[in-house]
Amino acid sequence: MVIGQIKDGIVLDHITAGRGMEIYDILGLGKLDCTVAMIKNADSVKLGKKDIIKVGQVIDLDFDVLGYIDPGITVNTIQDGKLSKREHLSLPERVKDIIKCKNPRCITSVEQELRHEFRLVDREKKLYRCIYCESEAPKHYE
Amino acid sequence: MKNLIDIMQLSVEELDELIATAMDIIADPAKYSQVCRGKKLATLFFEPSTRTRLSFEAAMYELGGNVLGFSEAQSSSAAKGESVADTIKVVSCYADIIAMRHPKEGAPLVAANNADVPIVNAGDGGHNHPTQTLADLLTIYREKGGFEDLTIGLCGDLKFGRTVHSLMSAMSRYKGVKFVLISPEELRLPDYVVDDVLKGRNIPYEECTSLEDAMPKLDILYMTRVQKERFFNEADYMRLKDSYILTPEKLRTAKETLSILHPLPRVNEISVAVDDDPRACYFRQALNGKYMRMALIMKLLEVKPW
Repeated sequence: MVIGQIKDGIVLDHITAGRGMEIYDILGLGKLDCTVAMIKNADSVKLGKKDIIKVGQVIDLDFDVLGYIDPGITVNTIQDGKLSKREHLSLPERVKDIIKCKNPRCITSVEQELRHEFRLVDREKKLYRCIYCESEAPKHYE
Repeated sequence: MKNLIDIMQLSVEELDELIATAMDIIADPAKYSQVCRGKKLATLFFEPSTRTRLSFEAAMYELGGNVLGFSEAQSSSAAKGESVADTIKVVSCYADIIAMRHPKEGAPLVAANNADVPIVNAGDGGHNHPTQTLADLLTIYREKGGFEDLTIGLCGDLKFGRTVHSLMSAMSRYKGVKFVLISPEELRLPDYVVDDVLKGRNIPYEECTSLEDAMPKLDILYMTRVQKERFFNEADYMRLKDSYILTPEKLRTAKETLSILHPLPRVNEISVAVDDDPRACYFRQALNGKYMRMALIMKLLEVKPW
């Protein structure tokens, strides 16, 4: 299968196979007017299989959100048909309003205006804790 | 240091400084009697805790300062639905320092993020209670002369006991400290505390269910209450409740130099007959709490005796 090259845009490469649609939804790519291509289960030397998303315009991305959901992603920015920037994501030190604290004793459970914020406490275990009550983050994205 | 939310915010050096100040207050209280003159402490207690509030208030009065506040949420604007952030912004206009207790975990951090004045966490639900740990540490220091080479027995509810977790974190920074964890199976120390505090720092520890077996090894025995509501069924509670009550008989094999601590309030986990034993330190511990709160208030307000 051949998907055409883009002139200006973004390529999200090395997405964990099977996660592409989830990332497509979280980034709201369905609302864009430009060309968006989702490639599932592409062959990958590094991963075996991977998903790829190509977006036909340069858009702002929240790298913290992406890094939290899938830290192995590579973000390639294409300008005038050439690769202008390649960024490797990693787990962010802090994530805000991506996940919600589930601890009913946490202050965030009663004060609706508070942002749900988690800090990375163990990079190897991908362990985040709520900055308020220190409860472990839900493992939704694993 | 602008606030005290979690005991681990304090470095060993800062802790040493607080203890040195507390020891100097004990030696010469008159020197400190006007150090906070003209300053106001607000005690915002969104849930009742008589002894902690009184300890803070006594500490501020003994430094020559004044106190304002409330002792339950019903008598505050929280009852009308005001957020912690708004309450704190208003109280910051009236007080120089705030001690806050709240039933929700993390509320003091919300306060610290919105205050113009220092915030002291006076207990947030089952989460942190750093000034209790300061009281525990001064007690250990005064009874033992230091923090190194001690075998510390922690007995009772190690699962939900926030004072136990904080004390372990603070003490694990000192050389030669060992822990003996004495609890029923149902109330064992949670795995994340074992991993973070003990295994993560290579601290020697052992777990056992018998207080009598552990007793001869201990330099410090930190008692906590085994609460009925922590058990899934009453039969288990009835079977175990007396095992963790400290009596003069159970102390027969203890060292002469043992120090018995308890964060108080006690219900029945230490027999009243133990109170006259010179090794019982828990009422001295409450007094030490006041001295450490005095030292902490001074540090946060950046005041010194003239």
